Amino acid sequence: MKKRVAIVGVGMSKFGELWDKSLRDITLEAGMYAIFDSQVSGKDIDAICIGNMSAGRFTGQEHLGALAADMGGLGHIPAYSVEAACASGGAAVRQAYMAIRSGEHDLMLVLGCEKMSDVNQSEAMRTVGVAADWEWEGLFGATFPALYAFMARRHMYEYGTTETHLAQVAVKNHKNAEHNPWAQFQKAVPLEVVMNSGMLADPIRVLHSSPISDGAAGLIMCSEERAKQFTDTPVYIEASTQASDTLALHDRRDICTMDAAAFSSREALKRAGLTIDDIDVFEIHDSFTIGEIILTEDVGLTQKGQGGRILEEGLTEIGGKYPVNPSGGLKARGHPIGATGVAQIVELVLQLRGDAEGRQVDGAEQAMAVNIGGTGATSIVHILGR
Amino acid sequence: MVGIIGYGVYIPRYRIKTADIAAVWGEDGEAVGQGLGVFEKSLPGPDEDVATISAEAARNAVKYARIDPREIGAVYIGSESHPYAVKPTGTIVAEAIGCSENMTCADFEFACKAGTAGIQSCMGLVMSKMVKIGLAIGADTAQGRPGDALEYSAAAGGAAYLIGEEHPVATIEMTSSVTTDTPDFWRREGEDFPSHGARFTGEPAYFRHVEQSATNLFKTMGTTVDDYDYFVFHMPNGKFPVAVGKTLGVPKEKLEDSLVVRQIGNTYSGSSMIGLARVLDIAKPGARIFMVSYGSGAGSDAFSIRVEDDILAHRGEVPTVDDYISRKTYVSYAIYAKYRRTIKA
Amino acid sequence: MAEHGVAQIWRKIKSMYNIIGNRCTTCNTYYFPPRPVCPKCRRKGHLEEYKFKGLGTVHTFAIVRQVPEDFKTQAPYVMAQVELDEGAKLTAQIVNCDIEDVCIGMRVRSCFRRITEFGHGGLIVYGYKFEPTMKVTGHK
Repeated sequence: MKKRVAIVGVGMSKFGELWDKSLRDITLEAGMYAIFDSQVSGKDIDAICIGNMSAGRFTGQEHLGALAADMGGLGHIPAYSVEAACASGGAAVRQAYMAIRSGEHDLMLVLGCEKMSDVNQSEAMRTVGVAADWEWEGLFGATFPALYAFMARRHMYEYGTTETHLAQVAVKNHKNAEHNPWAQFQKAVPLEVVMNSGMLADPIRVLHSSPISDGAAGLIMCSEERAKQFTDTPVYIEASTQASDTLALHDRRDICTMDAAAFSSREALKRAGLTIDDIDVFEIHDSFTIGEIILTEDVGLTQKGQGGRILEEGLTEIGGKYPVNPSGGLKARGHPIGATGVAQIVELVLQLRGDAEGRQVDGAEQAMAVNIGGTGATSIVHILGR
Repeated sequence: MVGIIGYGVYIPRYRIKTADIAAVWGEDGEAVGQGLGVFEKSLPGPDEDVATISAEAARNAVKYARIDPREIGAVYIGSESHPYAVKPTGTIVAEAIGCSENMTCADFEFACKAGTAGIQSCMGLVMSKMVKIGLAIGADTAQGRPGDALEYSAAAGGAAYLIGEEHPVATIEMTSSVTTDTPDFWRREGEDFPSHGARFTGEPAYFRHVEQSATNLFKTMGTTVDDYDYFVFHMPNGKFPVAVGKTLGVPKEKLEDSLVVRQIGNTYSGSSMIGLARVLDIAKPGARIFMVSYGSGAGSDAFSIRVEDDILAHRGEVPTVDDYISRKTYVSYAIYAKYRRTIKA
Repeated sequence: MAEHGVAQIWRKIKSMYNIIGNRCTTCNTYYFPPRPVCPKCRRKGHLEEYKFKGLGTVHTFAIVRQVPEDFKTQAPYVMAQVELDEGAKLTAQIVNCDIEDVCIGMRVRSCFRRITEFGHGGLIVYGYKFEPTMKVTGHK
């Protein structure tokens, strides 16, 4: 039986519009925090894996693996760059997981980063849009919010999900983020404010949508054996899975379901030997609030179509049966695209350590992160445990 | 005999009222409307241009004619508002309607008679057996200078005609033209809007050429006004065609059916061709149509046309000129200016 | 100066102007845009070119209000997923229709429109949009 992979250190920069900090600055910051947290020293790191969607378009810089090794003064170690749109962070975690589990590397620094505010908003939205099918969706005028609006409208049509449901996700996540010192928005937002915010693409409003953000997050991951050198109570990755689906939303089997998320979460639970009810806390990809609603159905918290109902009933609050996005999620914590997947893991590690002050899920022992690329074309799921 | 084997038109849905334009410039809308004989005009949507208008008209024509577009041997599009200064609209439209690669193409410009010049070229190619079927289109998204008299009439629309010899729905018995160097209306390269000679565009330009061309054709054909059931003249406004009709002795009722300008304005290269289409929508087999186009610069193409029995079998499948005229949505001057890009985003 | 994007658009002209996709004769599935491989049959599939009729139904839609630069004059506009009669789905703008009148299940047909342009001096991209079926589309 293969040995487990452990996470022995986590760190992140603040997420937000970080005018004073460049991509290099935030990436270095996240990496340093993760290294300090783990108490490893630089020479312990065998390799780097860095997730990022589009530094080339946002900042003009590619080749981030080499950049990260260089900025950290980490010498000649191999540095892998990974991209899977909004799931780039989760992809970096998964790549490192596979490298360590296979024995190729023993201890790795995993990073996720994005610097989106160096271009103007219009350009940023255009770049976000290439997470979907640019040639056959974006070029014709379907912005990224329009694609999620397609899902929202169909979900409302088939299952009676309401605009209030879309807003309630934002309210919940902003409230959670009040206690997250790294979150972009640390203030609760009233329901009426969300419901009256400007329209991006009916029915998706500004406050249903995650913001444009800068930020980076990092992890130190290593083999189970090696972890003992640094801590008696590491957090383990119990399962790591990934699944794909059609790039264009119009080619999906059912636009109200992210099949890739359903497959990858089911497989992850199987590999971890758990059921969904064994999971105590979730970080679920809410690039748009409808995304959280749909994914709670697809990972099995409730049946298809009932995502609005369980939200309404408070099941996904921190004190509820299935706490979702105690960090504030992408909506309130922010969504620097490549960083998000790693930041989800950072939050869950803190939760499992009992260090998520003010937003702690009591007695959390198992956690699940669901990181989605585009409109559901990639899904990466990690289950963590103690 | 060479003739029209199919035709189709396209008029965009948007309209602006003469009164709403007049209000912007502090003019009396009612008076302007009465004076010009134009009460509203069509304008293209922000995603429409001569290529899209021509493609829709041509698709209608192909459907009407029931031909395989790969049999089209020539495509000529006449306009004063081609989307590109260099790159022919014809190639875009030929691709859009499914033509083969084995055909000839070029764009025409002769102010408002570019489309009828295209018809004449197609006739030549067909009669000489160089091609089996030719496609001639007249379409425009005319540029009206804000505040100028022509702003009231410069409109958008187009008509496509398939010319061939097999079972025409209307034969073209004869065509003849008059051409002179007359500077009544022009637009220099790089200029947004055309310039014109105001009253000079009347007698020495429009009237002289239309009358001359008509007289020449009557003479060559050995016919008179009495031999024709319908008349179609180029329509820069609602007054000129009525006036020239009067001069030529055309009874009012023979002209009425072609006067689309009152509801859609002057579609420039599409004008007489859309007028002709409206007549073809309703004329009985055996009816004869006399059409004279006019293009500033200047020239006129005159046609003697006879409607054939075959026309009855083709009607009903494709929307008529009236269908397009009655499909309309009014816009304000602000939206009009936005769509016509006189205010730039 | 070499201009942006010409070859990328040129390769797709047939598909964009006339909704030409393909059909797998092995499993009789229709694809748009044309696929290099039938995802159901893979090696056993046989794909041949197919020109869609251009008729379909609105599966879902959105009214885009925060629009990209090149769509500014059209804001707000309707984007929809159209399910073509043959089964394939595509994403396109709905035009010739008041925004309030768009609904799931609406019958639409394709029309030829300007999609975008690469700047004021650049290539104009033409392609398909959809409009409700009505008298001027040759229906009812």
